[in-house]
Order: sequence, then structure tokens, then C-alpha cells
Amino acid sequence: MKSWIAFWSILKKDIQNYYLKPPNISWGIIFPLSWTLMQFVRSGSLNIIEFLPGLMSMSVLFGTTSMLAVTITFERKGRSFERLLLAPISLNTMVLAKITGAILFGIFNAFVPAVVAAFFVDLAGVNWGVVLLAVSLIAVTSTLLGLLIAVSAKEVFEAQTFSNFFRFPMLFLCGLFIPILDLPVFFRPLSYALPLTYGTDILNGAIAQTNILSPLLCIPILLTFAVFLFMICRYNINRKWIL
Amino acid sequence: MDIVNVTNLKKIYGDFAAVNGVDFSIRPGEIFGFLGPNGAGKTSTINMMIGLSRPTDGTIIINGIDVRKQTKKAQSIMGIVPDESNLYDEMDGFDNLCFCASLYGMKKEEREPKAKRLLEQFHLTEAGKRPFKAYSKGMRRKLTIAAGIIHSPQILFLDEPTTGIDVESARQIRELIVDLKNQGTTVFITTHYIEDAERICDRIAFIVSGKIVAMGSVPELMESISHGYRIQLAAEENIVKYAADLQAHFEGCNVNTGQNNSLILVSLKRIPLLPVIQYFDERRISVYEAKELRPTLEDVFVKVTGIEAAKLKKEKEKGGMSK
Repeated sequence: MKSWIAFWSILKKDIQNYYLKPPNISWGIIFPLSWTLMQFVRSGSLNIIEFLPGLMSMSVLFGTTSMLAVTITFERKGRSFERLLLAPISLNTMVLAKITGAILFGIFNAFVPAVVAAFFVDLAGVNWGVVLLAVSLIAVTSTLLGLLIAVSAKEVFEAQTFSNFFRFPMLFLCGLFIPILDLPVFFRPLSYALPLTYGTDILNGAIAQTNILSPLLCIPILLTFAVFLFMICRYNINRKWIL
Repeated sequence: MDIVNVTNLKKIYGDFAAVNGVDFSIRPGEIFGFLGPNGAGKTSTINMMIGLSRPTDGTIIINGIDVRKQTKKAQSIMGIVPDESNLYDEMDGFDNLCFCASLYGMKKEEREPKAKRLLEQFHLTEAGKRPFKAYSKGMRRKLTIAAGIIHSPQILFLDEPTTGIDVESARQIRELIVDLKNQGTTVFITTHYIEDAERICDRIAFIVSGKIVAMGSVPELMESISHGYRIQLAAEENIVKYAADLQAHFEGCNVNTGQNNSLILVSLKRIPLLPVIQYFDERRISVYEAKELRPTLEDVFVKVTGIEAAKLKKEKEKGGMSK
């Protein structure tokens, strides 16, 4: 019960202090909106269904990694993060509370392109249950990547630089806009080493029926990535933040 | 039984020993001062005690809990006030206090009335509705202390609580610390303001280069460098010419001349004042001041640490001396 009170308070505080601030709400809406409109203008309404999985993946990736890395680095610099480290709650509870805000923000981001697309194309054939599952799993793994970055960065600008270092190659390697089968052969192993590839592939299947892997394979792989990343983050936090 | 037992505590960074074999214990309900110059190992010690840093060696037992093995359990009985305020700038004072209470599992119906009471006690009721970033340094410090005690900890760690704040706020904080002690809270305080420690601490440890060089109550520490009793006398007229006669008159007393034509009587025994004043009265001389000269804690510090008073003053100024 005590851990739950602390968990809920950290989550509520993060949502109020960071995610519901006007600049972040506008970022969360305008960024996916502008990319969606750009793709729409370029490709016409017929193709938007093909781009929607990639747009949704990209929105989650950018929303989660940047927000978590920046907020944690910001709190560490202002030393308010120490307060969480010194609280009598387990490191797991604290980490889960911190990432839950970013995960929810990422899920919100993902559905902006979907809402925009709904005005132009018929989305009746989309399997929304699978979409929600895929978006949630992408949000979890991307948030944990953001946490990995946050553990390594000392300054906010460092967190942003590290985030971009990971994010931009992932746009091209994970099948968001270029199908993995169209990538040079030597890049493909790298694509399959990134969790976003599997999340995007589930979305491709649920929205455009263009998946190359079975969701029954992708979901366990994403869950494994999530557990693995969580363990690495926990290990790094223990090693780097408690000196 | 002691509430804190620290044994052979060490923190080594490469070749540098920030804390090098520190031993001390703290009794329940006492204010224990940890004094030393900048870089002496005060913050390294406190960080290990609160579980923010891992000791290289040694044990820390707080209320029977081994901090190294059961860090979170130990943290549940601690209140921690770091040297810099670490509350949330965007949140108001009341929300900051409620948030800190929730980290200790306090329910809404417990934490909200407690937050209101603390704001009242710390004279921050009005400021409680303002964002923390709008607070003055003194107000920030007070709210940070309030956040450290909202869950009624058994032991409170205060790192440099009065550094860089105005005289009035510093006085209020000293009073708050004494109030907490009177309510039964054990207080561990690090400071380089020797006057603060002298005023409020029951016992003090001096740390220099990672090692404790002296420890005891304020009178014990003063006694350790004091050699006999000294009384300074000042009169309306120059009384220096009576020095030799006075020495002859009072057996076992040495009489020296002090500043501004005053005399200093030195004896291994306590010096009764009445005969001394009568001596001058018989010579129709009015003594307007007779005070016992005691070594200050600063004298003790200078003696045990070997750090010169001038250097100490410089450090105080660096730390934002505002008393």
C-alpha cells in the first residue's frame, strides 16, 4: 500500500509537472500532426494507410525517449531526483513510476496520427486491440531506451544529443518508412536487433496487413526486450546513481 | 543504547580517502554536530549514512538497522535535509510537502493536515500557495527542513542547514532544531559554522582529512584545551599598576595585563569575584567589568585541526557567512 501511494504520487507529479505542460502537449500534438500532414501531402490519401504504422511508431519513439531522458536529467541536475533515491521505496517501484508517465505520453502521441488519418481514410479494418498492444510495447521499450540515455547523461543537452544518436538511425532501420526487405542486406541484422522493428511490424500487420513477421513472434520478442532493458537500466542506476 | 553506531567507515576514491576510518556513536535525542572545513569528509560521511553512497568499508547501524544491508528500511526512519534545497520548483510549498509525505506512504488524510501544520509552524502558511521557485533562500531552507520531518523521522540528517541564509532565518532554523530535539528527534548536523554548533549541539565531532580528530560535548572539548580559569577585569581608571600587588594579594593567581588597560587573573582554581572587587573598592576604584574568559569552540577547532583562524574565516565567507 505504501509503495502504491508513492508510485501514484510520483506518476501524478510527473504528469502534472512535465507531460501536461503546454510546450509538451503542443509537441505531442504538433510533431505527429505535421509529419502526418507532410506524408499526406506527399503521397495522397490512398497511401496514408501504408505510412500510418511508421508515423505512429515514430511518434511514440520521439515522445517517450526525449521526455524521459530530459525530465530525469533535469531532476538529477536540480537534485530533486535524490529525494526519490532516498525515499523508502524500492528502486523498481521508483523506476516503474518514472517510466509510466512517459509510456502514457508515448501512447497519447501515437494516436495523434491515427486521429488525423481517420479524417481522410477509412480505418474500419484496423485491429485496434492489436494496435494498442503494439503501441504500448513500443512505448515501454522506447521509454526504457530513454531511461538508459538518462542514466548516462549528466546534462539535459547531453540527453537530447544521445537520444538523437539512437532515434534517427532507428527511423531508417526499423521499417518505419523503408521496408526492412528493401534495406541493404548488411543492415538487416541491425534492424532485427532493435525493438522498434518488431513493434512497427505488428502495427504494419494490424493496420495495413503488410507485416513480415508473425505478431505471435514479435510480442514475446518485445516483452523480452522490455525485461532486458529494465534489468540493464536498474543495474546502471544502482551502479551510477548510488555512488 | 545508541541510535547510531558508525564503525571504521571508509570511502576511498582511487588513491584519495574522502573518509578514512571514522568511528562514532549518537545517543537517542541528542544533537550531534559534525564539523570540519570544506572537503573534510562531512558530506561523504552523511551520504553513506543516508544510503546515497556506498561505503568502501565499515558499518553503519541506525536504530539496529544495518544501513548497508537494509538501506530502504533504514531510510524509512530517517529525515534528510541536504545542503541544497531539492524540492520541486514548479510545485507550491503545500504540494511539495504532500509529495514528500507520500514518498513515505502517508495517506492523503494524514499528509494534508500535517503539511498545513508544518507550514504554520515554519511561518510559511501564506507562502505555501506559491511555487517553490519564488521562495527566498531562507524560505527554501525552511520548507526543505519541513519536508525532511513531515513523516516524523526518528533521526534527522541536516547538511549545512544555515549556510548562505540571512541572520533571522538562521536563528529560526536553530530554534526549530532545538524544538525537534525537545520532541525527541535525534539530529545529526554537519556545518562549518562553529558558532551554530556551539549554540545547539550536545556533542560534536571534528573531522579533518577524513578522520575524526576530536569528539565530545562542548564543555568537554573546551576543557581539553583549557588550562585553569581566567578572569578579565576592567575599571574606569588604569589598573595595570596594581598587577604585582594583586598577584601578591591572591595566592595562586597570576596576573597579566590585557587589552585597554585591563588585567587578567589566571588560576588553576576557580577565582571568587567578591574579594577581587573588594580589593579595588578599598582603593576607591570601581570595577565595571569582570568576566570569565573561556576558550571558544573555535579555539578548540583551531587547536585540534591545526587550521588557522584566518583560513577558517575565509572558508566561512566562501560558504556564505551571513551571521
